[in-house]
Amino acid sequence: MFALLNLLQPETIEEAYNILMQRKNNTVLGGCAFLRMGSKRIGTAVELSKLNLNYIKDQGDYIEVGAMTPFRDIEISPIFNENFNGLLPKSVSNIIGVQFRNIVTVGATVYSKYGFSDFITALLALDTEVELYKAGRMSLEEFLDKPYEKDILTRIFIKKNERKASYGNLRNAISDYPILNVAVSNINRQWKIVVGARPLGAKIAKSASEELSNRNLTVENIEAIANMAAEELSFGTNMRGSAEYRKAICKVLVKRAVMEVLQCK
Amino acid sequence: MQIEVTLNNKKVTFEVEGNEFLADTLRAKGMLSIRKGCDTSCCGLCTVWIDGKPTLSCSLLAIKANGKNIITIEGVQKEAEEFAKVLVAEGAEQCGFCSPGFIMTVLAMKNELNNPTEEEIIHYLTGNLCRCTGYMGQLRAVKKYLGVV
Repeated sequence: MFALLNLLQPETIEEAYNILMQRKNNTVLGGCAFLRMGSKRIGTAVELSKLNLNYIKDQGDYIEVGAMTPFRDIEISPIFNENFNGLLPKSVSNIIGVQFRNIVTVGATVYSKYGFSDFITALLALDTEVELYKAGRMSLEEFLDKPYEKDILTRIFIKKNERKASYGNLRNAISDYPILNVAVSNINRQWKIVVGARPLGAKIAKSASEELSNRNLTVENIEAIANMAAEELSFGTNMRGSAEYRKAICKVLVKRAVMEVLQCK
Repeated sequence: MQIEVTLNNKKVTFEVEGNEFLADTLRAKGMLSIRKGCDTSCCGLCTVWIDGKPTLSCSLLAIKANGKNIITIEGVQKEAEEFAKVLVAEGAEQCGFCSPGFIMTVLAMKNELNNPTEEEIIHYLTGNLCRCTGYMGQLRAVKKYLGVV
């Protein structure tokens, strides 16, 4: 069981950051849905609900999402259902149930860099940036590659463009954690192939993405590129599947996602 | 720590521990309709409404409910009874352990979705597990209750 000694709900982001940095075991709370599974000892918990970070805004060139926005709001958002072929709503729609998705937040998921995340895989296939209070704004890919640093993720920004996208995953049961997930997107022949739940975190298969951008998209070529993505990335074994199984599934899901993107309008 | 919430339309104050979850707080105050089935956030038995949205009370820290409007099945008894009668008539209830959470989710769905399809109903109810009925009776009952047969 985790322990939590004190909780504060600051009214400004500066105040939240100062409290966070006061002691090593001070921690920002997200939805807290996964907190119960661990044995973390938190000194002062910093709860962000008074910072007005629960929103999805269409800002013209980009879509801005506050860190405290729950997954359910992503799922039913008209903005996200009308853009990127509904990629983001699709990616979160099988995460346990509606009641769970009303709790888990965008900020906590992205900041925690969960390996099993469906949402991060989908975000990475788009042109996404994250904003951290101290470290500032950076691409999601850069953030995921950086080592953990104590900070507060405040917002994410998704470039609003004509990217066509598709999401696929394999689960033992519909509301279980994914064994593997894949998101593929394309804009002006600039393709991105992203594979997550490997069970390591989501990664862009860069060589395969580049190859896809440069080759004729015949069925044979797409199949070869899907194989290339599976070779390029590393996979691991856990209770949901072996590395070999994941690699085999990767080829199928990538091929399927590419074919779906080609059919997107 | 102290929290103030509106519980079934009444303002109440609770003394809670930092690592206490809302389901435990509410059960300690006599709301025994809130069941704890899985303890891993996947069964939906502990569903209550927080500001009108169905939420797992077993996974929400009690302190995060501060200032919120909480509705348990005790707060929607009339509607719950109405649906429960349909559940019974369709043979969709056996041990009844999951019924309060299930009913809270169905009533939330009724408020949220307009004339849902069978697929939408199943999707909305994915987070409610029942180990007795096999779900077909529940689906019949929900469709009948919503008038989407």
